[in-house]
Amino acid sequence: MHRRGIDWEAYSLRLTFLALTGIAVVFLVAPSLIVILTSFTASASLKFPPDSYSLRWYAALINADQMQRAAWTSLVVAFWATLIATVLGVMAALAIARNNAAWARLCDLLFMSPLLLPSLAFGFAALVFVYQLGLRPNIPVLILGHVVVCTPFVLRTTVAALSGLDPALLDASASLGAGPWMTFRRVTLPLIGRGAGAGAFLAFIASFDNVPVSLFLADERTEVLPIHLWQQIETNLDVRTAAASGLIVIVTLILMILAERLAGLTRQLH
Amino acid sequence: MPDPRLALPLAAVFAACFVAPLAVLVALSLSTSADMQGLTGENYVKFFTDAFNYSILWGTLLLGVKATALCLVFGYPIAWVCSRAGARWQTVLLFLVVLPIVTSVVVRTFSWIVILGRQGVLNQIALGLGLTQEPLRLLFTELGVVIVLAQVQMPLMVLPILTVIGRTDTNLADASRALGAGEWRTFWRITVPLSLPGVIAGCVLTFSACVTAFVTQTLIGGARLLYMPLHIYQQAIGANNWPFAAAISIVFLVAVMIVVGLLNLASRLSHA
Repeated sequence: MHRRGIDWEAYSLRLTFLALTGIAVVFLVAPSLIVILTSFTASASLKFPPDSYSLRWYAALINADQMQRAAWTSLVVAFWATLIATVLGVMAALAIARNNAAWARLCDLLFMSPLLLPSLAFGFAALVFVYQLGLRPNIPVLILGHVVVCTPFVLRTTVAALSGLDPALLDASASLGAGPWMTFRRVTLPLIGRGAGAGAFLAFIASFDNVPVSLFLADERTEVLPIHLWQQIETNLDVRTAAASGLIVIVTLILMILAERLAGLTRQLH
Repeated sequence: MPDPRLALPLAAVFAACFVAPLAVLVALSLSTSADMQGLTGENYVKFFTDAFNYSILWGTLLLGVKATALCLVFGYPIAWVCSRAGARWQTVLLFLVVLPIVTSVVVRTFSWIVILGRQGVLNQIALGLGLTQEPLRLLFTELGVVIVLAQVQMPLMVLPILTVIGRTDTNLADASRALGAGEWRTFWRITVPLSLPGVIAGCVLTFSACVTAFVTQTLIGGARLLYMPLHIYQQAIGANNWPFAAAISIVFLVAVMIVVGLLNLASRLSHA
């Protein structure tokens, strides 16, 4: 009797958690699926499910010049922001990982804080600062703003990868006569490459997707894609937005599968 | 030991592009005009003497708490199931959890408009099942914002919890069961306390992401639900009142820092 009671209790815990997970998974996945299906609608409304399917809104993207310009600007900004954030972030991670000195903890706190502090407040601060310097927002300023908000992603995954690195390997490399640069290239980099790669992937997405900073540092000439889409959705919901959204979801999905295959993305994140 | 100087380039970039702008923001919040003339506390006085500003700050923090709580209710079970699943299922599940955060936030929010609208998917289901006679109002309500924030920020809750649960010694839970404690008792007395650092880390990340989620707040909440980020934006760009916008920004920054600090303090106490 007693045993059976315990078994039922074990089931109830497992069932509750599996049910909650099931509901959550539906809520996590449904929006992406709905965007993809809606983007193939043949009608001019955003009704779901669509009555019939076509590629007409994807075809309409070919002539959406403003949207294409915004997408190109976003790619350029994300590319440079990711490159700078990754190089500087990996360098800083090497210095502060496994380091308990007060300055290293302080640096860690400083470099991670853009992740926790309201980025819109930072975006506004950056705009004020640029004006104080007598400048106007431009692409390099926008890139530097993005570097600040993207660096935490690189730093976090690289520090995690470094803390799993056996220091004996570095000692062995040094005692065999390799200099610091050689040890970095032949020992450290291959072992932390996947962690840094996963961080760079997240940094790229964070930049490509950023609204709060771009809102202040981008203008009509330097409009980025998320701002363009945000304004489209707020003013006139047109189905081209759905096609652009569908395209973004599909491309992201492909990139994520690649990142999973190449860098073991999900394993780097926990 | 790697050279500490390797941290210098990033420190320089942060000093110039992060610390300096924030310092200028503080200075601006204490001046009377956008060209930083005069020293005054009137912007802060204006904020704290107007109940309207107060209610926006409070509403924003409360929104963060609600969305974080919803994330925890679903996020903890996901992490728990993940930690017990086989390697293959774990990868699939994590992939699905991470998917929303790497998909453009504007796109995710857009899809929720399709779902939550008057003729949206949820209302079609609810009407079809006879759960409601009238279409439910979800878009432009706080409930809608909370639901969407929870979906959008879920990975931030799941990943830190999973990290901690994954490292927990399963022998402790086994010992608890061997001593006659039921599954639920073992869960509440052993698993939850041991995973508390992960839960708090998840709450910190989720909370700070939810309160500053400008896109979700404006598109799902609409113009009538005013939260701090939109308030800052309207004062800075709409009203062109930079010193006041700076003061609101500083108040918001400090409020978020206080909540994060309290959560970290709780984490340290739970360690001790």
